[in-house]
Amino acid sequence: MDTLLKILWELHPDINFTEDTRLLEEGGLDSFDIVTLVSEIEDAFGAVIRAQDLIPENFQTPKTLLALIRRLRED
Amino acid sequence: MILQSPWFILFAAGLLVVYYLVPGKHQWKVLLAGSVCAYFQVEGARVGFLLTTFLTTLVCGRKIEQARERGERAGGWLAACLGLNLALLLGCKGSLLLPLGISYYTLQALGYVIDVYRGTEKAEKDPGKLALFLCYFPQLIQGPVSRASQLRAPLTEPHAYDGKQVSFGLQRMLWGYFKKLVIADRVAPAVEILTRDQAGGGSFALLAVLYALRIYGDFTGGIDIVLGLSQAFGIGLPENFRQPFFSGSVAEYWRRWHMSLGAWMREYVFFPVSVSKPVRRLGKAARRRLGAFGKRLPVYIATILTWLATGLWHGLTLNFLLWGMLNCLLILIGEELAPLFRGLKGKRWYTGCSILGTWLIMDLIRVCDLFPDPRDYFRGLKSLLTGPWGQIPDLGLSSLDWGILALGCVVMTGVSLVQSRWGSVRELLWKRETLRFWILFALLLAVLLLGCYGVGYEASNFIYNQF
Amino acid sequence: MKKLRAFFCAVVILGLLQALLVPKYTGNVREGNLIREYYDNAGGNDVIFIGDCEVYENFSPITLWQEYGIPSYIRGSPQQTVWQSYYLLEETLRYETPKVVVFNVFALKYDTVESTGDQSRREAYNRITLDGMRWSGSKWGAIQASLTQEERQWGGALTYVFPILRYHDRWSELTWKDVRYLFKRETVSDCGYLMQTGVEPMTDPFPSPPLTKRTLGDNSWRYLDKMVQLCRDKGVQLVLVKSPGLYPAWWPEWDQQVADYARERELLYINMIPAQEEIGIDWSTDTYDAGLHLNVSGAEKAASWFGRILRDQCGLPDRRSDPQVCARWEEKTARYEARKGLLLEQGDS
Repeated sequence: MDTLLKILWELHPDINFTEDTRLLEEGGLDSFDIVTLVSEIEDAFGAVIRAQDLIPENFQTPKTLLALIRRLRED
Repeated sequence: MILQSPWFILFAAGLLVVYYLVPGKHQWKVLLAGSVCAYFQVEGARVGFLLTTFLTTLVCGRKIEQARERGERAGGWLAACLGLNLALLLGCKGSLLLPLGISYYTLQALGYVIDVYRGTEKAEKDPGKLALFLCYFPQLIQGPVSRASQLRAPLTEPHAYDGKQVSFGLQRMLWGYFKKLVIADRVAPAVEILTRDQAGGGSFALLAVLYALRIYGDFTGGIDIVLGLSQAFGIGLPENFRQPFFSGSVAEYWRRWHMSLGAWMREYVFFPVSVSKPVRRLGKAARRRLGAFGKRLPVYIATILTWLATGLWHGLTLNFLLWGMLNCLLILIGEELAPLFRGLKGKRWYTGCSILGTWLIMDLIRVCDLFPDPRDYFRGLKSLLTGPWGQIPDLGLSSLDWGILALGCVVMTGVSLVQSRWGSVRELLWKRETLRFWILFALLLAVLLLGCYGVGYEASNFIYNQF
Repeated sequence: MKKLRAFFCAVVILGLLQALLVPKYTGNVREGNLIREYYDNAGGNDVIFIGDCEVYENFSPITLWQEYGIPSYIRGSPQQTVWQSYYLLEETLRYETPKVVVFNVFALKYDTVESTGDQSRREAYNRITLDGMRWSGSKWGAIQASLTQEERQWGGALTYVFPILRYHDRWSELTWKDVRYLFKRETVSDCGYLMQTGVEPMTDPFPSPPLTKRTLGDNSWRYLDKMVQLCRDKGVQLVLVKSPGLYPAWWPEWDQQVADYARERELLYINMIPAQEEIGIDWSTDTYDAGLHLNVSGAEKAASWFGRILRDQCGLPDRRSDPQVCARWEEKTARYEARKGLLLEQGDS
């Protein structure tokens, strides 16, 4: 989780991310950020996020995002 | 079929009555029958275009799902379906006579097939239901582009009569007619005159502003009619606009204007391209060589491709390509500059300036639609610096017309402000029955008396029908 | 209850607005009131004229009464097409059964709505003829047969049911006359005859465009057939007439076809063009628009000549011995003379 929060903070230094921050509303993540995030996650966690994973439900909070990463690594 | 023809209103009204008279499980069949009739009435023998898309979508959707269930690869079916339908769309875009709704239903069909391929949507077993998803008549005319996950269920579920929803729907239609007939169609002839004028300078600046007004009234008004009618049927279509002219940046504007197209492009072009293997690999390589900028390369490539697709979707001409690339360029510049302005966020004067600036920039880009030859467009842009300022041709608008337009703009802006501050105007008025009645009656009178429609007015089609 | 009252108010307001916005045809286009004026004069007419401007400007029913004691009415309207004439005849025969119906054949040259020329003018003529009709199956039929392409697209018959859909933008040209004639119009005609007192002599004959269509169209004949049938069914004698006039041309080819048609069906067909000299029409004094139409002096001459045919060949009786009819027609005659005096006075000043 700490790694993920660090990645997020690097994207938006002005926001204090916690594991329950609502990424799209409070975090102000736009589609550009999401694409950057995807490649950062791939580097950090080795999880390859596919296009069909890019849905709001997976990007609600860092928690749900982490759950996605775990799921993808298990596959 | 034009939304402002009395026949359309009569047809919709008749369908609405029948819709709530039949049992819930048959309601969708009423819509299907109505949609097919409407399509036939407009296209006649050219029904083949829609039929081809329908059949390929039906067959490929099923085949893809069967292959998935057996654990086989289904890429061939997907590619065949996408290829054929895109070819059909592009082929038609090249000709002048676009079959009704082809730009909208093709995107819906492709989205559906891709979703089935990804496994996020079930393939439709009932051909009738799939047909309705593609040819649902209100959105054939000017969108929105709905996702399968948004539209399939609401279209076919039973809807009990809900007086409030029906009333809200009809109210929204009336509001749409106001924007379309009183505002947009009143400016339309002036826009045409200014487009032909080409004197530049003041004439070009006025054109940019009036065209923005026209397209705003025409497109948001048309969507209000479509969404309102759907709401009366109990069907919630995705919103297509969220006070777009209150946006603070080009990127934000595109998240608030024609939202359904933006969402489609993001879902099926931007994201897939940006996370595709070659682009990711390229991104990694670029990062090693170029550092922070290289990191953004995938986003850049995806953005450019998305806007290429968006431009082409609007038309296969140079000016639409240019229009797409201009939008793309401004979005990327905005993205690069954004960190510089982060400290100013939230300051009132900054918000005001950015909204005004965005509005002006979008007006100037939008005009590109009107000039098939980009050189004319650039000449116009250049003349904004050089003038002449006084040479405005006679626009055929009386001072009364200008008054109506000004008042209309005030009303539209007011409604938008109320909506963004306090939410739905219809909801606010719902409890105050008498007031609501007379406001609606006044709106009806305004549409009836001030609207530009009927014999003697050129049948000005909705601008967005042509896409 | 409250809701119902508000709804009722709204409907009344809409109704009043509609009444205000429809044109009252008080200025130059008085023709717009011709069709609606019939209903106050329905019944008791031995002759009904049906047709275009060549009937409502070229025959004076008062003269027919004064000289022959024949009560008549003209159901004419500008550029009335044969399908409109048919439905007007159908409607008229529901109000009364005259002895003779006179149809001016000039309109046979228009075979379809499109062939009448400028379609926005056509639309205006449609409104003038159709808006004045009372609601009936005939009006509905007339509307359906008359609509232009543009009218169909914009709601067609609906705009005749709710004329506000057509005239919604007339608010910018409203005058006090629209208020004054909100409910009641002024009578503009004398038994359907629209009096013209001006004189504009014919100097040079108008050059007629060359004949392009030698045969009259199928649709025209079809409606004429229907008129013939209608008159047969009601026991009314149908007389075909070509009103006097030099322009636009009534070609010998067309004349021959109508003459043949009349002979086959044993109808009386009278072409008044060769008889102009006998009628006594002087194109330097009897026309108000340089030869297109007759003025009142010409219309009286034409009626005087045509009345003899009605009396001698159709055997119409002289009603001047009936005191009741006489009283009614004396009143009409007085109004006619008063109008003539007034118009001549206005013309002189």
